[in-house]
Amino acid sequence: MMEHRLIAAGFGGQGVMLFGQLVASAGMIENKNVTWLPSYGPEMRGGTANCTVVVSDEPVASPVVDTPSEIAIFNIPSLLKFEPTLEEGGVLVMNTSMIDREPSRKDITVIKVPANEVADELGVLKAQNMVMLGAYIETTKAVNVESILKALEKKMTGKKAQFLDVNKRAIEKGMKIAREQLK
Amino acid sequence: MEKLQQDAIVLAKMPKSLNKKEFTYCPGCHHGIVHRLVAELIDEFNLRERTVLVAPVGCSVFAYEFFNVDGTVAAHGRALAVATGMKRARPDLFIITYQGDGDLAAIGTAETIHAANRGERVTTVFINNAVYGMTGGQMAPTTLLGMKTTTSPYGRRPEKEGYPIHIMEIMRELPGVAYAERVKVSKPQDVPKAKIAIKKAFYAQLLDLGFGIVEVLSTCPTNWGMDPVEAGKWLDENMVKEFPLGVYVDKVTEVMKEKGVK
Amino acid sequence: MGEKVMVKGTEAIGEAAIRAGCRVYFGYPITPQSELTEYMSRRMEEVGGVFLQAESEVATVNMMYGASSVGARVMTSTSSPGFSLMQEGISYMANAQLPAVFVDVVRGGPGLGDIQPSQGDYFQIVKGGGHGDYRLPVYSPSSLQEAVELTIHAFDVADKYRTPVVIFADGMMGQMMEPVEFPEPIDPGTIPEKDWALTGAKGREARYVTSFDIDPYKLEKMNLELQEKYKKIIEEEQKWEEFMTEDIEVLFVAHGTVGRIVKSAVKIAREKGIKAGLFRPISLFPFPYKRLSELSEKVDVVMTVEMSSGQMLEDVKLAVLGKARTPFYGRLAGVIPTPNEIFEALMKELRR
Ligand SMILES: Cc1ncc(C[n+]2csc(CCOP(=O)(O)OP(=O)(O)O)c2C)c(N)n1
Repeated sequence: MMEHRLIAAGFGGQGVMLFGQLVASAGMIENKNVTWLPSYGPEMRGGTANCTVVVSDEPVASPVVDTPSEIAIFNIPSLLKFEPTLEEGGVLVMNTSMIDREPSRKDITVIKVPANEVADELGVLKAQNMVMLGAYIETTKAVNVESILKALEKKMTGKKAQFLDVNKRAIEKGMKIAREQLK
Repeated sequence: MEKLQQDAIVLAKMPKSLNKKEFTYCPGCHHGIVHRLVAELIDEFNLRERTVLVAPVGCSVFAYEFFNVDGTVAAHGRALAVATGMKRARPDLFIITYQGDGDLAAIGTAETIHAANRGERVTTVFINNAVYGMTGGQMAPTTLLGMKTTTSPYGRRPEKEGYPIHIMEIMRELPGVAYAERVKVSKPQDVPKAKIAIKKAFYAQLLDLGFGIVEVLSTCPTNWGMDPVEAGKWLDENMVKEFPLGVYVDKVTEVMKEKGVK
Repeated sequence: MGEKVMVKGTEAIGEAAIRAGCRVYFGYPITPQSELTEYMSRRMEEVGGVFLQAESEVATVNMMYGASSVGARVMTSTSSPGFSLMQEGISYMANAQLPAVFVDVVRGGPGLGDIQPSQGDYFQIVKGGGHGDYRLPVYSPSSLQEAVELTIHAFDVADKYRTPVVIFADGMMGQMMEPVEFPEPIDPGTIPEKDWALTGAKGREARYVTSFDIDPYKLEKMNLELQEKYKKIIEEEQKWEEFMTEDIEVLFVAHGTVGRIVKSAVKIAREKGIKAGLFRPISLFPFPYKRLSELSEKVDVVMTVEMSSGQMLEDVKLAVLGKARTPFYGRLAGVIPTPNEIFEALMKELRR
């Protein structure tokens, strides 16, 4: 059985919700079972936001996850909160532009992504979450990049469509960063 | 008064929109007169087949049984919310609420003000008898200053029980209201005037102009501790002073003229 | 069925209502269901229906009374404090035999509480929060697909039995996203006309829809009619799911989203060699006592898990009737129990 249990966490406005939604939508496109569960309300005050995504071959049991198999971390408070919960041998993808410290766990795979710098070079700082997303899918193979791109096209309609291309490039950059670190 | 009412019933033809059922109201109570006016108007407008009456909780809780139209009883104070639901779901129906002062102006104040302010196309007949009749003569929001009731045994004092509330004056402030008038039916000559007022409140709905409401100052001889004649006199001398009669909002008459309806 | 779409729980329920032919919605904003109210404000306009934001939940339920009494399929959605305010009206509707669907997206309480998911309103919703001898069919979905199906079913049950029906959801159900397939929409014009509705006394005697009779003997008759109806609902409308119950040694009982979380706990237990299973009541009234009673004969432990202090537990005990131990694990006030936590609670119980 294949089951990915992802928690994506960061500050509000860093696009972690969209990160999770794209993974879930891509999973749906691949006919997998998926759930996306956001933190909401006061939990989001103080600036942190997170969402939990499950992608599975089987019907998803709990949409609530206490031991994620992978985490995508966008800021320090989220690293402190979620690193200890990660499953043994799990995957941590972290935005090192925002996090100036090392993870403490030795039993996990760590992918370090200077996502803000990369996105900045592409001219759209906001696309940092897409850099993270590229690194995440390359590392975990939770979903294919083709499905992510399809999901992205569905999301980015109207005025947002102009950012499609730069987002695609950001995803590719992220994949490349992960590929190099996984070697 | 009782005699007068009986005479009136014998003289006038029974409206189709009333049942043969005898009123259970106390002698001298004005509910009966107002029921008859409403029923006559339903007949005259030929509305019986699309009217739904919302009765309140209060002495007129049985109103739906006295009228020969489809009807229901709303929870205490909620008649105008029920009426809103009906009219929104079935705009082709003609909706009337019939409510007392406790119902409309105490527990149901929010529903009253908001339905009026939204300009709901429904018609409200508001019976102000200055007491809670059904529950045995307790203080109402419209109880006069100094008036003794079973829950204001020392007379209503502004510093303790506050002031009587004036619904027509509030209606004047609400743009959704198309017609608002305060009338009485304590003297025979009042009755035709009251009927014209209710007719205009009907037109507010029929011509799609807004909310229509008529407040009828009414007696409650039983709970006022008076005989019907005394009660009528007391109303004329005291209630009218506190609650001035007259038209408070009228966006109807002009349209009636334009359309050439009477 | 159409194609799969990713939707939020609030939207899934709203769209399901539209597909069920519901064209009248009244509501008052309250977290965590305001998105459903917002969705309906948009959608009702598109399908030529009625949306009205009421001045309160008290007004809301009475508007529903009005719309239902003239024959409309009507719905509202609210969350715990708002549902409390609706109780008087629901009691009126129960006795006036008026169909309607209420969606209660339950949040942490009591009082203002918080806005996180909870099941602490089980007593209020299932046992009757208003006055008088009435019951309401209650459905507790655990996935969005099920929420869609139960919402549509709720309208049919409401019309069939002339009763208000409740969808018992929680904030988690409202906020999460999951792929859903919507069924083809029902044309509201094809819903059979209601021969009791107040439509104007045209070519017939005048009709009344009321919740009272001053004569106790007549009112008792009305009550007995209600009880007859509830008996029929108990016989015909029970729904539940069994998960891995074929070879059980221990049985969990949980409803709604917690039922789903417990499935993960069942899997953890099975990995450790404990033959756990789950009984998930879907209809909370009528509660599936009989089937749970049968299952409880196979085990020593029937463990109830809720986001409450143990409210459904009382119904579980009524089903088990002492045939097995009935321990309880719950989190309160909007805290969500996790799969490992639930598994640990089971282990603690088994070690006793
Ligand atoms: C929620 C609720 N509170 C209180 C009552 C009791 N009650 C019934 S009628 C009534 C007052 C009626 O007075 P009013 O509206 O002035 O009508 P009247 O009887 O004078 O015609 C009250 C308080 C009730 N039925 N429901």
